[in-house]
Amino acid sequence: MSAFLTVNSLSAVLHGFDQRVLRSVSFSIDTGEVLGLVGESGAGKSMIGKAILGILPSAISIIEGEILLNGEDLQKMRPADRRRLVGATAALIPQDPLTALNPSRRIEPQITNRLVDILGWSKSDARVRAMELLNEVHIDSPERVMGSYPHELSGGMRQRVLIASAFAANPKLVIADEPTTALDVTVQKQILRLIRELQARHATAMVFVTHDLGVVSKVCQRLSVLYGGKIIENSRVPDFFKGPRHAYSRALLAATPKYTDPDASLLPVDDAVIEAVAAEVLAADKEWRHGA
Amino acid sequence: MLDGRGSINRRLGARLWLSGIWLGIMAALALFAPMVSPHDPLAQDLFAGRLPPFWMSGSDPAYVLGTDSLGRDVLSRLFHGAQIAFSVALVAGLATALVGSLLGLLAGYMRGWVDIVISRLVDIWMAFPPVLFAILLIAVLGTGLTSIIIAIIVIDWTRFCRVVRAEAMNQSAMDYVASAVVAGRPRRDILWREILPNVLPTIVALLTLEMGIAVIVEAILSFVNLSISTDAPTWGGMIAEGRTSIHQAWWVLAFPLGVLFLTVLSFSQFGEGLKDRFDPVLR
Amino acid sequence: MAHETVAEQLDTERDVLFSASGLEVAFPDMAAKPVFGRAPMVRILNGIDLEITRGSVLGIVGGSGSGKSTLGRALLRLVEPTAGTILFDGRDITDLNEDALRPIRRRMQMIFQDPMSSLNPRRRVGAIIADPMQMHGFDHISTRVDEALDHVGLPRSFRSRYPHELSGGQRQRVGIARAIALKPEFILADEIVSGLDVSSQAQVLNVLAELVEELGLTLAFISHDLSVIRRLCDTVMVLQRGDVVEYGDAEGVFAAPKAAYTRELLDAIPLPDPQQSGW
Repeated sequence: MSAFLTVNSLSAVLHGFDQRVLRSVSFSIDTGEVLGLVGESGAGKSMIGKAILGILPSAISIIEGEILLNGEDLQKMRPADRRRLVGATAALIPQDPLTALNPSRRIEPQITNRLVDILGWSKSDARVRAMELLNEVHIDSPERVMGSYPHELSGGMRQRVLIASAFAANPKLVIADEPTTALDVTVQKQILRLIRELQARHATAMVFVTHDLGVVSKVCQRLSVLYGGKIIENSRVPDFFKGPRHAYSRALLAATPKYTDPDASLLPVDDAVIEAVAAEVLAADKEWRHGA
Repeated sequence: MLDGRGSINRRLGARLWLSGIWLGIMAALALFAPMVSPHDPLAQDLFAGRLPPFWMSGSDPAYVLGTDSLGRDVLSRLFHGAQIAFSVALVAGLATALVGSLLGLLAGYMRGWVDIVISRLVDIWMAFPPVLFAILLIAVLGTGLTSIIIAIIVIDWTRFCRVVRAEAMNQSAMDYVASAVVAGRPRRDILWREILPNVLPTIVALLTLEMGIAVIVEAILSFVNLSISTDAPTWGGMIAEGRTSIHQAWWVLAFPLGVLFLTVLSFSQFGEGLKDRFDPVLR
Repeated sequence: MAHETVAEQLDTERDVLFSASGLEVAFPDMAAKPVFGRAPMVRILNGIDLEITRGSVLGIVGGSGSGKSTLGRALLRLVEPTAGTILFDGRDITDLNEDALRPIRRRMQMIFQDPMSSLNPRRRVGAIIADPMQMHGFDHISTRVDEALDHVGLPRSFRSRYPHELSGGQRQRVGIARAIALKPEFILADEIVSGLDVSSQAQVLNVLAELVEELGLTLAFISHDLSVIRRLCDTVMVLQRGDVVEYGDAEGVFAAPKAAYTRELLDAIPLPDPQQSGW
């Protein structure tokens, strides 16, 4: 049995540049598994999620590689078929809960639209489902929230609504793109727990994009560390936090502040480490060019 | 670093070049209109009325773009029209920008009663229908180039004022302004040294847009015969005249209309292009 | 007279540089403004008392809407307090106007959250650092700019760069260089690492920690991140919706937080450890 989602040596370029922004990225996720994509800004971690969902900005194009969703190669499909398949099996939990909701529409249609438009549900069924979902994300008064506008809800509430809408159509795959970065820590904790709970209950395969190793240790089973659009380390989460294999991952972990350990924390990432990992990425580039 | 930030270069758009070249040519023609015009723009030759442009049969090589119903050379009138149009654009545009931006900057940065007074004034001002306002003004001031320029300033300063006020308010909320306060910079200084440079691209874009508008307003006023003397070679006057003989001599209407269109379009495109160019973050 | 001498003595012993008492800030709530008349006021800070000893680092922590940034800005008189008093080096600065404040401004500087918006995008790094010094009539400005860049570990060649040509961490270090170039006694750092990647975050925090030692700075450090506060601060103030819920020395607050909210904040921090309890 092959994995539910397999990404195979995926490369992408930014128009007008010969350097790749994704460099032969490969990974796979089984049903019910959460993979963390970790890296600093510019590492390309969000781009991977967007590539899977087919929502890359137009300036970026995929030049090689395959994305197998349940055995079907998305890259080879007609755009309309691809949109239909992705729409029916995958969903996104976005980073910014404010801009991800349309400010001039009430919450209800924003949850039910997908069900009605893409999956052909009746309006009343969709409404019932939406109520169920809001209950599932622990919103106490779903009736009131459904009739509200986004600006009437707090950031945490909005993120709950987005999570509800992501899980609305029972997706087999969820891409969570920094879903808690914009939230306060106390709210972050609730949201992370909620995501974990829903993911486990629905046995969803999940790609969790984040810059925060602390968050990864809470929700993921495996993680891939990215630098410059290349995966430089794949590890199981327990192993990684015992001791990352790659020097860059070690440096990242050491630079992550820990209030429990004020003196040992915050070793800045050594320039030599950055140079080494950059050299490694460029060397892989050279090899790739020879191969191509 | 491998992430390509900072290496993103914006291609300098073709629109800046195209519009710049057109405006350059027109400005040069306007400046040297008396020298480059083959004929006196006012000289009538009733025997040479409604001559077609050079590629049509029955044309006279002396009149490249043909003549109007009074036998005046269309090309020479276009050149002299450019002179009037560009004088109005330059003087009215700059003066409008100066008055409007100054009030807008003060309102947006000082806030408080200054803002209340200026903003209310703008609101009241904008409630007057602009064309009526212009006609009324010209009626009071009398026709002539100066009156047109004054009319444009009086009507259009509000456009600058509103936009510049909003932009100045945006910039005032930025932390570099707070950091200037922390550094102990006097308020007046902050306005000139910190805020103005950051509002300038907006002002420049608006200014070129305003120049285009000034050209149009002048043309409209000429069209309704409220501009300079009736037979002065203005584009608007030419269009008004050409309209009456559209079936017999389309070129009398088409050439000034085309030139007017291209010039106004170029002004706005030039402004947008400059704004992009100016922006250090995008550059 | 004798009474005053005792008070003075106490003051010199504790050497308080900055203090505030009963500090309140309120803004008009334009969303709730009636058609006619004034908008109702929303209170952001409900009477804050604080004291910052010379040479110490105070951490101010809280969630969004706790008023921590407003508190910082009120101390520097960037936001007008509606009640309370602010003393800087023993002098009441609550009602000083901008002209009277100017000489004091040099002595209290600020580093901002978003280095992109706090550095004028149209000026070069050298000018950005030199500018405040020019205003306060410093001499040998060029040398001082170089020194400031050295202090924050940036190459001197960065003088001729524009802010957008720098990385986030480098920009933030320019912000620090600008602040320390004036040789201030007090610096307010408002969420200065929250926009940065962990690698540059560590660098900026280390630069700041070194400067505090080297230059004997007094620092107020505002952050939503208790881990970062822990790294840098001697004293911690926890704010919740405009109220102080906990105020004490860092060791004590982290070892045995008294307020439920502080405990909640601490428990919510995801440590890079899969075995962390409470998750």
